[in-house]
Amino acid sequence: MSLVSYEEALASYDPVMGLEVHVELGTKTKMFCGCSTELGAEPNSQTCPTCLGLPGSLPVVNAVGVESAIRIGLALNCEIAEWCRFARKNYFYPDMPKNFQTSQYDEPIAFNGYLDVQLEDGEVFRVEIERAHMEEDTGKSTHIGGATGRIHGAEYSLLDYNRAGIPLIEIVTKPIEGAGHRAPEVAKAYVAELRELIKALGVSEARMDKGQMRCDVNLSLRPNGTEKFGTRSETKNVNSLRSVERAARFEIMRHATVLTDGGTIIQETRHFHEEDGSTTSGRIKDNAEDYRYFPEPDLVPVAPAREWVEELRAGLPELPRVRRARLQAEWGLNDQDMQSVLNAGAVESISETIAAGAPADQARKWWMGELARRANETGTELSEQPITPAQVARVCALVAEGKLNDKLARQVIEGVLAGEGEPDQVVEKRGLAVVSDDSALGAAVDQAIADNPDVAAKIRDGKVQAVGALVGAVMKATRGQADAAKVKDLILEKLA
Amino acid sequence: MTDLIKYTAAETASAIAKGEVSAVEVAQAHLDRINAVDKKVNAFLHVDSEGALAAARKVDDKRAKGEQLSPLAGVPLALKDVFTTKGIPTTCGSKMLEGWIPPYDATLTRRLKDADVVILGKTNMDEFAMGSSTENSAYGPTGNPWDLTRIPGGSGGGSAAALAAFEAPLAIGTDTGGSIRQPGAVTGTVGVKPTYGSVSRYGLVAFSSSLDQGGPCARTVLDAALLHEAIAGHDPLDSTSIDAPVPAVVEAAKMRDIRGMRIGIVKEFAGEGYQAGVMQRFNESVELLRELGAEVVEVSCPSFTLALPAYYLIAPSECSSNLARFDAMRYGLRVGDDGTRSAEQVTALTREAGFGDEVKRRIILGTYALSSGYYDAYYGSAQKVRTLISRDFDAAFAGVDVLISPTTPTTAFPIGERADDPMAMYLADLCTIPSNLAGNAAMSLPCGLAPEDNLPVGLQIIAPAMADDRLYRVGGAVEAALNDKWGHTLLEEAPAL
Repeated sequence: MSLVSYEEALASYDPVMGLEVHVELGTKTKMFCGCSTELGAEPNSQTCPTCLGLPGSLPVVNAVGVESAIRIGLALNCEIAEWCRFARKNYFYPDMPKNFQTSQYDEPIAFNGYLDVQLEDGEVFRVEIERAHMEEDTGKSTHIGGATGRIHGAEYSLLDYNRAGIPLIEIVTKPIEGAGHRAPEVAKAYVAELRELIKALGVSEARMDKGQMRCDVNLSLRPNGTEKFGTRSETKNVNSLRSVERAARFEIMRHATVLTDGGTIIQETRHFHEEDGSTTSGRIKDNAEDYRYFPEPDLVPVAPAREWVEELRAGLPELPRVRRARLQAEWGLNDQDMQSVLNAGAVESISETIAAGAPADQARKWWMGELARRANETGTELSEQPITPAQVARVCALVAEGKLNDKLARQVIEGVLAGEGEPDQVVEKRGLAVVSDDSALGAAVDQAIADNPDVAAKIRDGKVQAVGALVGAVMKATRGQADAAKVKDLILEKLA
Repeated sequence: MTDLIKYTAAETASAIAKGEVSAVEVAQAHLDRINAVDKKVNAFLHVDSEGALAAARKVDDKRAKGEQLSPLAGVPLALKDVFTTKGIPTTCGSKMLEGWIPPYDATLTRRLKDADVVILGKTNMDEFAMGSSTENSAYGPTGNPWDLTRIPGGSGGGSAAALAAFEAPLAIGTDTGGSIRQPGAVTGTVGVKPTYGSVSRYGLVAFSSSLDQGGPCARTVLDAALLHEAIAGHDPLDSTSIDAPVPAVVEAAKMRDIRGMRIGIVKEFAGEGYQAGVMQRFNESVELLRELGAEVVEVSCPSFTLALPAYYLIAPSECSSNLARFDAMRYGLRVGDDGTRSAEQVTALTREAGFGDEVKRRIILGTYALSSGYYDAYYGSAQKVRTLISRDFDAAFAGVDVLISPTTPTTAFPIGERADDPMAMYLADLCTIPSNLAGNAAMSLPCGLAPEDNLPVGLQIIAPAMADDRLYRVGGAVEAALNDKWGHTLLEEAPAL
């Protein structure tokens, strides 16, 4: 099936999105038992009667989980429930030990909030939050023997319940309308902003690549100018920022293709494919699926005291948007420069480099120049470059001390990236220190004057601007390791 | 030695503490009794001779070393097979859990062990505690020691029968709609449903989480109180556990003074369906209470007539979810796993083969009641009725200290009589269900034999939540007065097995 182009799709249809993000909390223990949440342990080693759903076992709520949920709610400008309950979501699946998930239904802990997200051109888009609720993660199935890694066609499946019971916060947006052609961008920016927020709160590392943050993209189209929502698809477990954007974009084009063709959209889940950015059909979801929610009788209601909620509100860290505004002012950047820093994902690196002692302009110069270029060339994240903010700061310090010039500093950075060690080690190993020894420089300057008598004559005649040619010659002779300012002074001194 | 099995728990503990008898002798006497009669009674699903004797030896060792013994040290007990026991099978009377050995002890099991109670074994029950006759056990029915062709009540028929057959002086039951009290009533024994939340449910295999409550079964009110104190108390592993001191039930059981207490007769629990002999003994009990100095009045609790239908929506709804975990994936029965079937198919085949009819009936009923579009009409309405029932209790307890009624409308019926008539079976719990819905405390104790069939009749006493001591105060006084009147305990009239 060939898809209509993105522009054609948007010419006729208006996308409406709903984003559901699951965040695995970084609590030490699971949501309803005392088992460790450490990742990477031997399968089924972090389990107990409760998270295995053994007969007779009972849940006990993790207070840190509730606190984290409230803090997320507050940071998302939500109301916090005065009284709410857990509910059982009943459905059968082998990786769910009790065959019901302890979740929240019509009484979420947090509701009615919003998150302002900044798009690449600086425009701020408000995404309204429907709710944030607490629930437990399921175990993990690994399907063996099938072609696709999915259960269909598999010979057998392995179950690991270490993940079962890990606290999750599900954050659900209200329908996102009015984003138009920017819908995919809004989706990505929202998830990015949410991730920053979660990290700032310290409630989770929110690593999408580790499944600590997972996004479902619900999308529907309606003919431009109409109100009624179309039938939605639910693209599940989209696990990178880029994929969120691609999935939304693909679904817009796919829906438009089906609708343009006179077809109808089936309400279903979709799988996203990283390789080509497409989605394929999952399971049909025609509202007939009935989870038979009812209040969890094994748990007592959660009724956070108002004083406690206010205490948590007062204790919220500086939120990402506020922090960014502060940093922009501190670094003295205009909106456009700040936006480039944001788009390059350089805020943390620059900020940490400054914290390690580098001047703001220097820190920004390296991360946005040399290092951003490298990240771009290698298709990697800026933060993943094999150089630390402290190392960049050390290079800046060496420059400030006059021990390196710009060109040499670049070579030092190269050395660090190549794994040659700390900046000082690279300087030593590569012999990159600036030549400031007067006698050695003096000889090079004398040689340059002797080699260029006509230039020297011009300078003696007062044409001081000609000095550049001689400085260049000296720099060439010293393979760039001289301090250019000092060379200039020496030449002028000798020709005075 | 046969005398040892006739001892009350209090007498047994005292004899062991004084060194008149060893705990091992006591345990062995009961194991011998089980060996002699349980083929007929079928009260036990599993007898743990080795574990019982080891526990008894431990008590004897402690005593030899001069250590302080707990009040029930060395007293044998029959444990309903719905509590997990580490290393000992726990079946819940179901094929679904045949052969399952729990890797952990229920909090109640742990407390019994800590109190040096000697656990003889696990008792028969209606499958997953669903039933009023123990006929729904996958392992065959239990006989009522008064007449082995009749039911011992249910779901805890095994525990009650073990007491009445002198196989154990103490037993543990669970009461979701009357499963401790109704078996107590029809076997001439004492059964108490403590206030919801006072005995931990951790390790109690759930039937209906908001109703289930473990509690003591015994042959005397004092023994029940001693066991009550051993098992009750806050448990951080059970979120619904009440964090408050356990009422002084032992002290109350010893008071034998009810002068000045106000007692209410629940008007709604009489009339059609109530056996004449049951009402006769009940009315005599009312007179006895007056003679003992209590003021007895009639009270009306109009919502109680809605209790049965509300219960049969709430309990099945919760059970449909609680029993979803039996899917053949991690433990218990697995049927049809021949390498060609999907996990889903194996789960379906296992549930088809592993659950009995009554369990399936309730799972289907509950699944339906919770379904989208029916939830408000069924589960929602039932919860409202539950609130009304609590209000009726609150209003009644504003004027009286305890309420009384017959525990069951009839005496023990013949095995098989109601097996194909669920509605008739459900009526056995008519008087007991309101207390489960409200979460308060209730007791059944013997108040005589119905003249028409010479079978035991139970008197039910109901107290407000966390006023469990009132049950024991009234029960202890009634029991003492009746034993005085009869010149012996009721169970002495039971036929020899």
